[in-house]
Amino acid sequence: MTPRIGVVLFPGSNCEHDVARALATLGASPEIVWHGDASLDGLDAVVVPGGFAHGDYLRPGAIARFSPVMGAIERFAGAGGPVLGICNGFQVLTEAGLLAGALMRNAGLRFICSTVECTVSSTSSVLTSGVPAGATLRLPINHYEGNYTCDEATLAELEANGQLVLRYCDNPNGSTAAIAGVANRAGNVVGLMPHPERASDPLLGSADGVVLLRSFLDAARAYASGSPQRTAPGSIAS
Amino acid sequence: MIFAVTVEVRGLSGIADPEGQTIERALPALGFGGVRDVHVGKVITFELDAPDEADARRRVEEMCDRLLANPVIQRYEADVRPAGGAGS
Repeated sequence: MTPRIGVVLFPGSNCEHDVARALATLGASPEIVWHGDASLDGLDAVVVPGGFAHGDYLRPGAIARFSPVMGAIERFAGAGGPVLGICNGFQVLTEAGLLAGALMRNAGLRFICSTVECTVSSTSSVLTSGVPAGATLRLPINHYEGNYTCDEATLAELEANGQLVLRYCDNPNGSTAAIAGVANRAGNVVGLMPHPERASDPLLGSADGVVLLRSFLDAARAYASGSPQRTAPGSIAS
Repeated sequence: MIFAVTVEVRGLSGIADPEGQTIERALPALGFGGVRDVHVGKVITFELDAPDEADARRRVEEMCDRLLANPVIQRYEADVRPAGGAGS
């Protein structure tokens, strides 16, 4: 089947078409979802892409978390639906409390635009289930506030539960435990600072993001086949 | 009644503060010795129309918890006083 993937568009998002194109290339049917829409009916997974949602004023994600779509994402995630936050999307998901921790300014106070190596440190998530544990992936990062931070108790819990899905081989931004991506306890919500959609074709310099996006699409298919009868397109959502 | 509100947002202790560290390293280079434990925060000021001070304080706390600060990495102190008072 062709999974239908919602790609959320906030004012200030700038990676939604990159994500949609990468997902379409891998056989999915992406749909741009406006942040003011409070329904995700009919979708099999949701991506919150990178950019500067609402301008990133105050803190990245601080305003975006109050957009109507966030309530729908919270319900979708609560029902087990796969949710992926990339870069600014990761920041939005932490501000919304769907993922633990927070993303602060890079330790060196510099915007970093580079391709870095990351290790898949847990495969119990919708993003990494199809990747061998320990695999090293070359992925682009492009951020000023990617310094993942959480307290020690949270870190111990994340580690014990296999929620640390991706770690930098050479910590570029001061992140706690070199964390590049984390999952929620159930593994169906994942956030990461690197951009897998920008590493989806050899022409882009790396195709290492493909294994991550394929895992995510597999999770979307699994969710679609196991989810209850969904509302038909065009009908009024309940 | 109009209240003058000042909210100071700072990093939790133990949270990395690269701006503070940069200042701490820069000051000695300019000849300012004896400086340590530098921290950088943010000050947010606004006026608030509320029936009384208790209500104003309650609303300011809620604003801080929901929007002005991220409790995962930040703490805040809010000062609420009647606007137009001497010294405000």
